Amino acid sequence: MKKILNLVCASALSISCVLALPAQAKEADVPSTINWTVPFGVGGGTDVWARFIAPYLTKYIPSNPTVVIRNQPGGGSITGANLFYKRAKDDGSTMLATSASTLFPYMLGDKRVRYNFDKWVPLMASPTGGVVYVQPGLGVKSAADIDKLDGMTLPFGSQGPTRLELPVLIAFEMLGLDVKPVFGMKSRGAGRLAFERGEAKIDFQTTSAYLNSVVDLVNNDKAIPLFSLGVMNKEGKVVRDPAFPDLPTFQEVYAQKFGKQPSGIEYSAYSKFFAAGFAFQKMIFIPSDTPTNVINEYRNAVQTMLKDPKFIEDAAVQVGPYQSIVGIDAAQHIQEALTVSPELYTWISGWLKKKFDYTL
Amino acid sequence: MAVLLSALDQILSLTHLVYLVGGVLVGLVVGIIPGLGGIAGMSLLLPFLYGMEPSVGLGMLMGLVAVIPTGDTFTSVLMGIPGSSSSQATVMDGFPLAKKGQAARALSAAFLCSMIGGVVGAIVLSVFILVARPVVLAFSSAELFMLTLLGLSVVAALSGGNLFKGLAACGFGLLIGSVGSAPATGEFRFTLGIDYLYDGIPLVVVGLGIFALPEIISLLVQNKAIASTPNKLGHGLKQGFKDVFANLPLVGKSSVFGSLIGAIPGLGGSVVDWMTYSFAMNGSKDTSQFGKGDIRGVIAPESANNACASGSMIPTLLFGIPGSGSAAVFLGGMLLLGLQPGVSMITTNLDLTYTIIWSLALANILGAIFCIAFTRPISLLTYVKFSILAPIILTLILFAAYQATRSLGDFMVLGVIATIGVMMKGANWPRPAFLIGFVLSSGAENYFFQSIQFYGSSWFLRPGVIALAALIVLGFVLPPMLKKRRAAKASTQPKTGLEPDEPSVKTVSATDWVLLAVLGASGLYALVDVWNMSTLTKAFPIISIAIVLFSVAMLIVKFIREKHQRVASNLRTDLVYIVGFFMIAYGYYTLGFVTTTFVFSFLFLRYLAKATYLKSSTIAVCLVIFLVVLGRIMNIEYPEGYFDPYFFDVVNRLF
Repeated sequence: MKKILNLVCASALSISCVLALPAQAKEADVPSTINWTVPFGVGGGTDVWARFIAPYLTKYIPSNPTVVIRNQPGGGSITGANLFYKRAKDDGSTMLATSASTLFPYMLGDKRVRYNFDKWVPLMASPTGGVVYVQPGLGVKSAADIDKLDGMTLPFGSQGPTRLELPVLIAFEMLGLDVKPVFGMKSRGAGRLAFERGEAKIDFQTTSAYLNSVVDLVNNDKAIPLFSLGVMNKEGKVVRDPAFPDLPTFQEVYAQKFGKQPSGIEYSAYSKFFAAGFAFQKMIFIPSDTPTNVINEYRNAVQTMLKDPKFIEDAAVQVGPYQSIVGIDAAQHIQEALTVSPELYTWISGWLKKKFDYTL
Repeated sequence: MAVLLSALDQILSLTHLVYLVGGVLVGLVVGIIPGLGGIAGMSLLLPFLYGMEPSVGLGMLMGLVAVIPTGDTFTSVLMGIPGSSSSQATVMDGFPLAKKGQAARALSAAFLCSMIGGVVGAIVLSVFILVARPVVLAFSSAELFMLTLLGLSVVAALSGGNLFKGLAACGFGLLIGSVGSAPATGEFRFTLGIDYLYDGIPLVVVGLGIFALPEIISLLVQNKAIASTPNKLGHGLKQGFKDVFANLPLVGKSSVFGSLIGAIPGLGGSVVDWMTYSFAMNGSKDTSQFGKGDIRGVIAPESANNACASGSMIPTLLFGIPGSGSAAVFLGGMLLLGLQPGVSMITTNLDLTYTIIWSLALANILGAIFCIAFTRPISLLTYVKFSILAPIILTLILFAAYQATRSLGDFMVLGVIATIGVMMKGANWPRPAFLIGFVLSSGAENYFFQSIQFYGSSWFLRPGVIALAALIVLGFVLPPMLKKRRAAKASTQPKTGLEPDEPSVKTVSATDWVLLAVLGASGLYALVDVWNMSTLTKAFPIISIAIVLFSVAMLIVKFIREKHQRVASNLRTDLVYIVGFFMIAYGYYTLGFVTTTFVFSFLFLRYLAKATYLKSSTIAVCLVIFLVVLGRIMNIEYPEGYFDPYFFDVVNRLF
């Protein structure tokens, strides 16, 4: 009933043009309103994730601040992140949500990026996983038959060479698969539709999308899962994805095919972009000049939130059964993951040019 | 069937109805305010959503999505501002009708059509969704490409007498649409190093620039009321209903077509209104009044856009692929409610799907009734002297444009597009052709390369492609040509007196020449800019450039060879207004949006419109209150500039 009242109020307000103001609760350090910049449009993956988390933050930060989501789409999140870098206040009243598409352009030295991660500290990082699957008609029943794909051209619907698929494209190359990416897909979902139409022979989806849309296909023999990207454990080692314990990881498939562990500069590039794109897929950042006690209060809130059984249950549906990273560990891992050495940069820009005629 | 009825029972419960009506009201308000549309409305409702009972939450969301194409008709008809991308074609005839003093007629017809279209869409949806999966999957990139061609072929019907003007405008639209990243490679084109252009130019800004601003400028130049010929208002409302019933086949055709196009993901609702608009033209014997206030030009797109909103639920529910912008947000809402799109929506969750469909139908009916109730008082606005309305409309336009990306670039690009729009209006070039080219540009390029890459050269042998090609020829290219031939025959016979004879006089003005120069120069510049890029990046822009340059050359030849009557051009006056616009827009940005709204409106009303001090300050204060309240409720940040922080400081302290 309370919700009905709220709604009636909201519609009445927008009609009758009366000022609506959240009740102002005064607390010592923590501001009464937290403006959470989401550099993506309403209804996208990161937006839904932020909106799912926001009420929990209100609940667990002691003074129960109002968390307001401010969408600032543009440039695949670069615009919003730039503005946040320039304007964020350091009193705890602003934070930023990021996704792979905020990190990749930074790592690849995109001209438009004017933000830098030194000025921010992470509050939490939510990982995700992903699965690669193929059409059933190719004579492959599982990753064990991966050799049968040799010499076959596999069209793959992709958003673009520098998008979330980047590490997956490197993985395909390392496995010696002749994958022919068709760029310009509006989303990963559009890529999946191309797979369902039979246009694409191979596809890749992140965990939640896979669970929601591809598992059905697999059950109806319309798709064969090959491998998962795995997840990074506390020591930074890649292990099997808890969401897909029966699927081998990319590393396992590589070892099976070539009889050795993956290594070399290609693999460093893969690992770098896998970490940024998947292990730290969704993050909350806060300006590092924010008073330490406020940051700690927020971190504690996130810690408590992650233990809330209701949150765990809902999070499994929203992002998959993964353990989010909080605190100092997160800060260290992330700094490391985002640093691209000059030689790695040279390799990746050369590879993009050679492979896709794409100039960084 | 039992599921269908139990779902009906469910939505008729009090809780459900209250939320649905709430959704409808929010939807109408964000629909009426130009530039907001579904996405803003959704973001308003999303905070309530998490943890809500799914069927109730879906009802509320659906109430919102369904009525946006209904509410946005107000500004399209009354002010010539396309409220959202789905009502751009409505402006073509709706606004001229308002100018004739028939706003009430246009609005009531539009609302009734919206209602019928929405309900037809819901019916189509309820049957089609059960079998739609294979149909949607049958539309591969190749068929989608053909659909974009189908959209582009509409240009032939909309070009009026001069096909080359239409082609040039359309080609230029294609070129402008290709600004930003190339879909096939991800490389950036024509960005001029400006961050704003990397994302491409937003459709809202183009729509406002090409239609709304030129209209406003020409009204300001004349400075009369929008409705220049007085008409009895009461007469209009009923007349609108009569018009709809007289054109029921068109309503039905447009609705069904709209819902089917909506069902195919990838094309979006922004062309369906133009396609049905050209249906209406092709199906009528006398097309001379189209663009000047033919009610059929309102009926067709308005029937289609509500139906399209219904249709776009099919890919959203079945595949999780949103068919339109607001469907994308609807999808986000579903996820927050813990619902996953997919086959489950027609198996285990079929009851929810039917709840959605019933809500859709009900919301369309309610929305139309609300709007019709307000039609008469709101139509009176068209009788106000225009200079009084001008600052209000200008603020609305700037507000709407700023919603696109919330940066200064929105204003600047708006001004640039408006300059083109003003010239096209002045020299009688078909502005819709430009818009259609722009809207379909990225789809045409993307699906063309995708189909080539997926199917090689054999893609044009696919049965779907052949069928669509036939449809294009039979449905869109032939009728205008046949009509022309018939008209040519008719013109050799003695005039009946009913036929208007203006198209027979060919005219040319200085504006024509300036436009040719602008298009030609932009084409050449673009050619140089794109020349050294990779093949897949430059192929499509080069095709667009070729269309532009070819048409420009043909027009020049025609203007020189054939006898044209020279007409005066009021380009200079218009350009003065454009410069004025740039200065005002820049002021809004750098001095502060809210403060400038107040100062500019007050000064304009007092000294240019010669209103009283009381009237001027009341209007200015109301505008400020409107902006502040909207900003609060919708979490909108305005360009702060120098003065707004002080103003908001005071406001925040007071409230």
